[in-house]
Amino acid sequence: MSTTTKPVNQKAWLLVLPVIICVAFSAILPLMTVVNYSVQDIISPERRVFVGTEWFASVMRDEELHAALWRQLTFSLAVLAVEIPLGIALALSMPAQGWKASLVLVLVALSLLIPWNVVGTIWQIYGRADIGLLGAMLQKVGFDYSYTGNATHAWVTVLMMDVWHWTPLVALLCYAGLRSIPDAYYQAARIDGASKFAVFRYIQLPKMRGVLMIAVLLRFMDSFMIYTEPFVLTGGGPGNATTFLSQYLTQKAVGQFDLGPAAAFSLIYFLIILLLCFILYNWMQRVGTQEKEGVE
Amino acid sequence: MNTSKFQARTLFLIAYILFALLPIYWMVNMSFKTNSEILSSFSFFPQQFTWDNYKTIFTDASWYSGYINSLIYVAINTVISITVALPAAYAFSRYSFLGDKHVFFWLLTNRMTPPAVFLLPFFQLYTTVGLMDTHIAVALAHLLFNVPLAVWILEGFMSGIPREIDETAYIDGYSFPRFFVRIFLPLIKAGVGVAAFFCFMFSWVELLLARTLTSVNAKPIVATMTRTVSASGMDWATLAAAGVLTIVPGAIVIWFVRNYIAKGFAMGRV
Amino acid sequence: MARIDLDLAHAYRPNPRDDSDYALLPLTMSFRDGGAYALLGPSGCGKTTMLNIMSGLLVPSQGTVKFDGVDVTCATPQQRNIAQVFQFPVIYDTMTVAENLAFPLRNRKVPEDQIKKRVGEIAEMLDMSGQLNQRAAGLAADAKQKISVGRGLVRPDVSAVLFDEPLTVIDPHLKWQLRRKLKQIHHELKLTLIYVTHDQVEALTFAEEVVVMTRGRAVQTGSADALFERPRHTFVGHFIGSPGMNFLPATVDGGALRVADRPLALPPGRSMPDGDLKLGVRPEYVVKTAPGDPAALPFTVMLVQDIGTHLMLTARIGEHTLKARLNPASRVPQVGEEVWLQVMGPHTCLYLNDELVDA
Repeated sequence: MSTTTKPVNQKAWLLVLPVIICVAFSAILPLMTVVNYSVQDIISPERRVFVGTEWFASVMRDEELHAALWRQLTFSLAVLAVEIPLGIALALSMPAQGWKASLVLVLVALSLLIPWNVVGTIWQIYGRADIGLLGAMLQKVGFDYSYTGNATHAWVTVLMMDVWHWTPLVALLCYAGLRSIPDAYYQAARIDGASKFAVFRYIQLPKMRGVLMIAVLLRFMDSFMIYTEPFVLTGGGPGNATTFLSQYLTQKAVGQFDLGPAAAFSLIYFLIILLLCFILYNWMQRVGTQEKEGVE
Repeated sequence: MNTSKFQARTLFLIAYILFALLPIYWMVNMSFKTNSEILSSFSFFPQQFTWDNYKTIFTDASWYSGYINSLIYVAINTVISITVALPAAYAFSRYSFLGDKHVFFWLLTNRMTPPAVFLLPFFQLYTTVGLMDTHIAVALAHLLFNVPLAVWILEGFMSGIPREIDETAYIDGYSFPRFFVRIFLPLIKAGVGVAAFFCFMFSWVELLLARTLTSVNAKPIVATMTRTVSASGMDWATLAAAGVLTIVPGAIVIWFVRNYIAKGFAMGRV
Repeated sequence: MARIDLDLAHAYRPNPRDDSDYALLPLTMSFRDGGAYALLGPSGCGKTTMLNIMSGLLVPSQGTVKFDGVDVTCATPQQRNIAQVFQFPVIYDTMTVAENLAFPLRNRKVPEDQIKKRVGEIAEMLDMSGQLNQRAAGLAADAKQKISVGRGLVRPDVSAVLFDEPLTVIDPHLKWQLRRKLKQIHHELKLTLIYVTHDQVEALTFAEEVVVMTRGRAVQTGSADALFERPRHTFVGHFIGSPGMNFLPATVDGGALRVADRPLALPPGRSMPDGDLKLGVRPEYVVKTAPGDPAALPFTVMLVQDIGTHLMLTARIGEHTLKARLNPASRVPQVGEEVWLQVMGPHTCLYLNDELVDA
């Protein structure tokens, strides 16, 4: 939000009301249901027993949950480690103007608009040795690639699929940041005799700081919630090698009908993300105001 | 111009675009083959080019209704999202009021909610309200993450318009609704375009909620495709064609908003 | 420090046909070593183009640029060793003030102790010694501009410092401080300084010589005095001065001068070509005289403004208006009153086709 002084007007609440109603309907009501379930043992639709924090305790002790959480963290960190540098590199290599810029922009952004299950399907096909280009090529060079059989292969494939899917988001954010740098900065750097790397380090990277934070926030959050793509590609397998948090939750809630623990887990999941979001958001705001003060 | 560095950049760009387009191309390739050709031979171009798969989709109601359903709820959602987001974004941008920063943050957190958390509650909620298997159900469910995003984007763009314009309009005698529609909206056209693009995008691609809340009448294309996957005999060819067709609306939309994309990602605040 | 010689033109298209195809019409100009010059003109007149050609950010479509006699037309800004200060401060946000100033020297691999010394000298000159270890990003706009200037000065062998409207983002009450500082720097370092602006006050106070430009043409080059007293072009007369020169249409027929359909005495010794001319006289040199004065014309008073230090009279003759600066002690004329104002005098200029007719 802008930080310049704004007039106080409590009637502005009226303008915000429609949004609050919509989101409350979609968020608060269901959330209350979840909270409701999380403290009850639903033995049957008629018989419910209040159990307090028992589900929370058992969820926290659940070994499988720990494993899924660990897998999720590793995955999210791997995602950031690959997508952020790659996105920056891509943004730097995209043309700045002209028809080429528009064309490249559309081609790069294409993967963002593919329904997530189709992303999974594309890679499902692509990776198979019998009908997929990647699978067949790897087979030809003698590499025994199988994303259904080999856990490491499955991991790498899911990671590569996410990179393929979401790097353009990072790239487009950085691209926008780069376009906001006035020519004079590059001219001044030339005059100062700066090398290409110095230009990147002292001009481009600092100016991209704002967008990079948005990118890190979005990518970390979204990868933490990933469900569809890995589900379509590997179904969580082989075994549970690629079963991340969302899928684990869905399995518990829908598959096994353990509503109570599932609800408790949902809340914990939600709170983890909330916490991370809060931390990152505040950090962003702090650096944002620093930058604003530095501008003029 | 440093030519060797220039070539490295272009090479990298070409390499990435190849990486990005090959899987899509492969699916397009498959969509023009028959199932038997897919399973028996392996080629970059269809040896027996066929439109059959696309014909199936366009003639079989169970397929094309999927697209129509998807388009319907995405459109409803985009319209609602933008409509409610506009006044709210204006309020956040122009005024300070009790709890404004907290509400803003709360809105953003909804974008961060794992849809999986709401699967069951949504299922029960919409069943109770009697809206199961309707387009409006999915449209409303998607408001969860689209409205905050729309507010965020629109607020950024609105903050870029100086308040003096509002004040001048009031002095000139405009009522608030008239001012908003005739003066303000045209100024933030790009912002509305970008917000609408993102609402379209996130609603179009979402699977989990869309599949949970629908069964027959409002079944979106994404659900149709996954049902195909779970069937025993894989109809790769039709599946590929269906996949290609889901990319088409997205490609068209990107093309139209390509000029706003760069501006939009900056969201007026970077 | 270098002498810069320009002999060039710059066109938008490869085969320019008429004047509008040129960003800079063919010109020849010299900037002597150690001089302070200003390029003055309205937006779009080509002054920034000329500056960028001099700095090497732009290559002219035809002609040459020479530094101390050496052809540098295609050389890069680094090769020419110039420094340029832009409209808005360009600083490296992540560095401190000292690191900013040291940057050009570090890129040249100058030894650290020399860098420290030089940075200290420049900071001293800019009154920034106390801020050396502060982060550059947090400073005010004028401090940032000083850093931009400092980065240009830090190289001891810099050939020229070029300024492109550098005070644009500075608060008005700080502008004069920076201007004074720049003049001080010029005095101390004796560098060739070239300053682009559309503000005549900046140009006239900063520079020893001002190049007035309009629409791709360098119309007149001269000192503030010369530009004020004898503008060679009606544009210069109009642009310089606040308000600018008054222009009244005149005709000369057989040696007799008529202005606004009334006869006006030509001073002895001044000969005029026949035809339609413009008579130019600055408000500062218009005096109230007695009715019937052969060097004066009758005007009807339209508006009298008390500016404090003087009265500004706006008067009309026929369809033409004229502004005159009157002594505040004199009697204030009433609106509608007829006054006789002397327009022909030693400071009056006559223009044929907008060019000064030398007498």
